Amino acid sequence: MYAFNYQCPQALAEAVSAFTAADDATWLAGGQTLVPVLKQHLAMPSDLIDLASIAELKGISVAGNRLSIGAMTCHAEVAGSPHVRGHIPALAELAGMIGDPHVRNRGTLGGSIANNDPAADYPAALLALDAVVHTNKRQIAADAFFTDLFETALDEGELILRVDFPLADKAAYEKFANPASRYAVVGVFAACTGNVSRIAVTGAGPCVFRADAMEQALNSSFTAAAIAGITADPEGLNSDMHASAVYRAHLIGVLAGRAINAANARGNGQ
Amino acid sequence: MPTLNTRVNGTSVSKQIEASTLLVDLLRDQLHLTGTHVGCDTSQCGACVVHLDGRAVKSCTVLALQAEGRDVTTIENLAAADGTLHPLQEAFRKHHALQCGFCTPGMLMACAALLDDNPDPSEAEVRAGLEGNICRCTGYQNIVSAVRDAAKQMRA
Repeated sequence: MYAFNYQCPQALAEAVSAFTAADDATWLAGGQTLVPVLKQHLAMPSDLIDLASIAELKGISVAGNRLSIGAMTCHAEVAGSPHVRGHIPALAELAGMIGDPHVRNRGTLGGSIANNDPAADYPAALLALDAVVHTNKRQIAADAFFTDLFETALDEGELILRVDFPLADKAAYEKFANPASRYAVVGVFAACTGNVSRIAVTGAGPCVFRADAMEQALNSSFTAAAIAGITADPEGLNSDMHASAVYRAHLIGVLAGRAINAANARGNGQ
Repeated sequence: MPTLNTRVNGTSVSKQIEASTLLVDLLRDQLHLTGTHVGCDTSQCGACVVHLDGRAVKSCTVLALQAEGRDVTTIENLAAADGTLHPLQEAFRKHHALQCGFCTPGMLMACAALLDDNPDPSEAEVRAGLEGNICRCTGYQNIVSAVRDAAKQMRA
């Protein structure tokens, strides 16, 4: 490790001033990616601003047709939350598949999406559920939030407060996990609200993306049969020691079919 | 240097430490609680699992300062003060759930947290609960048997 400054502000305004005053600050959420990154010197910020004590970044609530999750809510809390399990069970299941139990006790929603790892799970949920990211400056639709490999629409120092998820009629997440890291080799989140279907794919490409051709086919019939003839193009997909681009393209079709079936099996009202 | 105020195994600890100190290094190097092990450099092996406010965490992936005002529990606190083994420790011995023993402290702390949440886990639930712990010698079958046996003893 190398020497850095650490602050744990108790209030949002204090956190923002601390960030601005520092030479080269980074927000510290759950630290499950950042701490290993610091250990390896892949990033060497001068200051860590720990968000753990800021009450307004925590908690889960439901209002109208929106489920709202604070940025500093850990994966275990989302997985176990009666609100999430009751209103968007697919999201609770997804949170329960992230990493391992110890990681889920520390890792947070805000940290995951700010990092935008190409194989992370949450980005698929935000994109398929048409979620809105609320920051200390503005609201950003999921479609505009995830911009590229480890890149998001967040400005330097911009802080995620919470994510609002519209309640889908039906949704499910299917993941082919790397057995060692538990990251998604490919993960597909399928959601259907009214006659609008959204399919988001993580793990397969450099950044989470929507499967447009599948979505169009599903708008008339949200069934696995409707996408049976659609094959994903391996061009531009990730190819590494775990899976080739061709294999990942194949997995997109398989997992999308399974997610649609699982969403339908859960049924309306979930 | 910042001052950390925390509680480790029920005892208050106040120490000046470098901000970059990992929780596991505080425990091992400064508090000499060497039961918590470091088995990898990538946050994957789980040998360093301790409880932070009762929840299992990887102490190699938590800064010591993140334990400010919180309760840390290590493997040294699992057995009773008179040395009576925890039912999980007894079951690990009975079922030969360890060989070299390096992963065992983390396994036991992970299992203790698992049983706090779920006093009667199925085999699949035990295996899922141990996804963050790697054993490189004896394998998992006997560990799973030990956890289920300990759970039974603890429910009795």
